[in-house]
Amino acid sequence: MLKSRTGPLIYLGVLILFPLVVRDSYYQHLMILVLMWVTIGSGWNIIAGYTGQVSFGDAAFFGSGAYTAGLLAHKLGFSAWWGLGLGGLVALAIAFPFGWICFRLRGAYFALATLALNEICRHLATVWESLTDGMVGILVMQTFVSKIPYYYIALALAVLSVLCVEWIVHSRLGYYFISIREDQDAAESLGIDTHYYKMVSLSFAAFLTGLAGSLYMNYMGFIDPEVVFSLHDISIMAILVGIVGGVGTIYGPAVGAFVMVAVSEIFRTAGFGFLKYLSQATGWGFMNLVTKYVSEAHVLTFGVLVVLVILLMPNGVVGDWPKLRRLVSRAR
Amino acid sequence: MDVFFQTLVAGVLKGGLYALIGIGMTLIMGVMRIINLAHGQMMMVAMYLTYVFFHYMGLDPYVTLLISMPSLFFLGVIIQKYFLNPLLKTETILPENQVLMTVGIGMVLTEVARFIFTSNYLSAKTQYSDATFFIGGISFSVALCIAFIFASALTTAMFFFLIKTDVGRSIRAVAQDTEAASLMGVNAERIRNYTMGIGAALVAAAGTLLLPVYYLFPDIGGPFTRKAFVITILGGLGSTVGAIFGGITLGLAEAFGATYIGMDYEDMIGLLIFILVLLFLPQGFKRLTKV
Amino acid sequence: MAILELQDVGKNFGGLRAVDEVSFAVQEGEIFGLIGPNGSGKTTIFNLINHYYPVTDGKIVFHGRDITRLKTFQICRLGIGRTFQVVKPLARMTVLDNVIASTFLHTKHMGQARQAAEETIEFCGLSVYANHLAKSLPIASRKRLEITRALATRPKLLLLDETAAGLNPGELDEAIQLIKDIRDSGVTIIIVEHIMKVIMSISDRIHAINYGRTIAEGTPKEVAANPKVIEAYLGEEVHA
Repeated sequence: MLKSRTGPLIYLGVLILFPLVVRDSYYQHLMILVLMWVTIGSGWNIIAGYTGQVSFGDAAFFGSGAYTAGLLAHKLGFSAWWGLGLGGLVALAIAFPFGWICFRLRGAYFALATLALNEICRHLATVWESLTDGMVGILVMQTFVSKIPYYYIALALAVLSVLCVEWIVHSRLGYYFISIREDQDAAESLGIDTHYYKMVSLSFAAFLTGLAGSLYMNYMGFIDPEVVFSLHDISIMAILVGIVGGVGTIYGPAVGAFVMVAVSEIFRTAGFGFLKYLSQATGWGFMNLVTKYVSEAHVLTFGVLVVLVILLMPNGVVGDWPKLRRLVSRAR
Repeated sequence: MDVFFQTLVAGVLKGGLYALIGIGMTLIMGVMRIINLAHGQMMMVAMYLTYVFFHYMGLDPYVTLLISMPSLFFLGVIIQKYFLNPLLKTETILPENQVLMTVGIGMVLTEVARFIFTSNYLSAKTQYSDATFFIGGISFSVALCIAFIFASALTTAMFFFLIKTDVGRSIRAVAQDTEAASLMGVNAERIRNYTMGIGAALVAAAGTLLLPVYYLFPDIGGPFTRKAFVITILGGLGSTVGAIFGGITLGLAEAFGATYIGMDYEDMIGLLIFILVLLFLPQGFKRLTKV
Repeated sequence: MAILELQDVGKNFGGLRAVDEVSFAVQEGEIFGLIGPNGSGKTTIFNLINHYYPVTDGKIVFHGRDITRLKTFQICRLGIGRTFQVVKPLARMTVLDNVIASTFLHTKHMGQARQAAEETIEFCGLSVYANHLAKSLPIASRKRLEITRALATRPKLLLLDETAAGLNPGELDEAIQLIKDIRDSGVTIIIVEHIMKVIMSISDRIHAINYGRTIAEGTPKEVAANPKVIEAYLGEEVHA
């Protein structure tokens, strides 16, 4: 058991030392995002990967957490850090009635319902201006100037979520969740109250995602409905983090978060400015064009990425690890 | 009272077009058992196609129907054949891969459109776009009426197709029981391709017909996809007759919502209906629970 | 003492009356057989007992308690286990994990659950496959896994749905022995079966149905000789 942990422990060690070694705040920012996605991805993994209820609307929980933190500060004058705990709870409060009503739906129809939840939250946040200031968004004073404290908080959150998943998997909850995923009717016949356990699973997911949302509010200092309730940037990204890393694996989200953030950033900045450098170095006009297109079309490439990942790597890096290893060894 | 009938008319006419969108989606849901989240985006593609032909060749949208429908049929077949069918064979933990794939495709379609046409709002104003005629104090939009007539014709044709032709019956067979249909000699894979093609063609028609009275921009796909699944769920999944009922209902709801509540709330209404259906419509609801 | 009683139970699927006024009482400790031609409603009756489908009319009483409206998992917790005709293994879990998922019903501790699971697996003769993925098992073992899992929930009444179908003669004898062992350990069994050899040899009493209605009940010998039963299976032209 301990043997299989060396990889993750090394990864963790690297993560702990990272901001002390790498001082560039840009890269620190990226890693904070990675850690945030580990949390969100782990949450998604619990309800989707392990319990088999695929959610297309995790942004609903993320945004609720973010707005809770933001509104606490903005309207009530509390420090936005209270939002960290409360954000999770508010997300839970939304998850409960939603799950209660919608867990009767199966498979893709449940996914649709989560989509609707996502959109409703977004619309409400936009339209209910007396509460949320609508499209104007919420601005909060950031507590720390340096990114380092945020980094370690994000790291703590990420470690918490991974440990949470690990605990679940080895407990009765984990067995029940997976049974529901594999065959809900069989699970019922074995005495498992599937409705109740789906709710439990969703609660974990919502709480973790809500926490991530409140962290985001505190860290970025500014949110608006389009950003935190975004279908593509949050909900779909969460799914990709889960899938690329490996659905139904403990460390999948940790890998997936890193890959996805890296890839999206590479496209957004056209290879961290590498392409730009190339075009300047070679003086080829055509490189300029490529650079421009690559960074402008980064959302397009995101879409292409979704398509490719599903087509070629549906079980993710961790899930398809044996396959990948065989590919590499055959290439030798 | 006039306002009431006005709204009623507007709602029904638009509903006819919505029915087209709904039928396509419900067919896909019934046969492939997936939710095509790129449905609205396919409509957007057709609308851009129509726009191009209108602006650069002066082709009237109603003529472009003959181009947009086959083109989207072709696109649908390709999508199904190369991006969706392969997923059926892969062994994964989550069966929702197909739905996710349609999301990805929808994103790609939207962004490609944005790439080519930029995010500007476009429109195709023909001579009859704003023309109206009056019957007893109620104004009817000429463009919407013609669209409604086309939509009705297409819907009727669909029914004939599904009931009378071999391919149509094969589609219904696969929708009911894929395995049994295959055992009886139906090429399920080909039927899936055709179904996606037909669904795309129908939504292409809706887009082409809608363009003269609507506006166009790359992100228009999303809201229409949402409308599509509200329509489908309202009518009961897999039911083509239901899609008609669902389309008209949504058309009416939006029209009345816009008139009596406010223009901004159009999208919210769709979502509200969706939730209400989930809560109170046991028929469409029950079908969802034991898929 | 009747452990399970069906009182005028009926089930409609839309316009189809799949089960019509079926009544029977199962005595504690017996093996009660349910037979009938294909489509006669046998599995439907199981699905009604288990609340996989809701009952349209009638009552189902277990240990004196009306369970007609209870949910499936509640019925399991009260002590009714069932296997499915088309087996439903938890495919991507090992055999051991499949059974642990069942034993968790009676304990919260991982250690206890695991031990109970191992014991049940041993009892049912599946120890060889304990660490294999459920989906990699051959059909006979999958059927056995169905039984093992249901047994692991420590039922007082076990519903076995066509557990012998598709087995070769050797596997069949093993299955029959297992069923007898289960009964001897104190579990009442209702068995739906097509294979006459199995059901006739182990049932204490048999209830025959056709088109959703009762046509006969009695000992295996009595039921086998009943002309209505013969007619149901073989058609009308046979002279007894």
